[in-house]
Amino acid sequence: MHLFSEKRGDYLVIRAAGDRIDAAGAIQFKDNMRELTQTGDARVVLDLSRVAFLDSSGLGAVVAAMKAIGPGRKLELSGLTPTVEKVFRLTRMDTVFTIHRELPPDGAEGLRNAG
Amino acid sequence: MQDESLASGALGAAGMDQPHQACMTIQGDNLAVRDGLCQLMAMDPLCGLSQDVRGNVEIVLAEALNNVVEHAYRDGPGPIRVCIDHLAPVLKVSVYDQGLPMPDGQLPRGEMAPLVPGDDLAEGGFGWFLIRTLTLDLAYERSGATNHLRFALPA
Repeated sequence: MHLFSEKRGDYLVIRAAGDRIDAAGAIQFKDNMRELTQTGDARVVLDLSRVAFLDSSGLGAVVAAMKAIGPGRKLELSGLTPTVEKVFRLTRMDTVFTIHRELPPDGAEGLRNAG
Repeated sequence: MQDESLASGALGAAGMDQPHQACMTIQGDNLAVRDGLCQLMAMDPLCGLSQDVRGNVEIVLAEALNNVVEHAYRDGPGPIRVCIDHLAPVLKVSVYDQGLPMPDGQLPRGEMAPLVPGDDLAEGGFGWFLIRTLTLDLAYERSGATNHLRFALPA
């Protein structure tokens, strides 16, 4: 599972480039998330719009990434595809994460920083 | 063919007593399960189902197969056979393996830990909850050295 990060306004977006987060890739996903979130950004949005499938191992890896990011920082999710959304809904993890339909707009604070 | 060599191995004739619309033998490791699942989803009868039903089937199959890899075959991989029949209004699925039996011969209850935000939020224990939530007529039996999990999904 390749992940790419970029600064977008007031948050860091991490894009999941592979189409599955499953038992075969969950550990690598967690490791890569840990590396990319070391920037210290207070707000990180994980873009899952290219991920068609996530199993319970993948869900556990996303939960672990949220916990690893530490207090005072936030991991949000964006662009859940139908089956991924179903796994979050059935496990009620959709009540734990802030989930955006698509990437949130750049914040004003971010625009100032970007200038 | 890898499938045939596995099929003629320890699983013998498990699931072969009657013809199935789809039957596949998959090596019990995480990468082979990923590949096998993708192949099954692209085959009849799964390829023709609605996106919603396909999502349910893929979730349940992934959890069932991952459990075999993680628990039944924890001492080393072996073959897993998956047999599928679409008999509307249900899809019938059987999963066979030759690994360790379920503890006490019982399926896990699949109750999720309470959702406690923060450091105590559970990172696991979702698999059997998802299987039990999405399936009907879930049953397990151990016959000789073979585990047989079967279930149905509305389809």
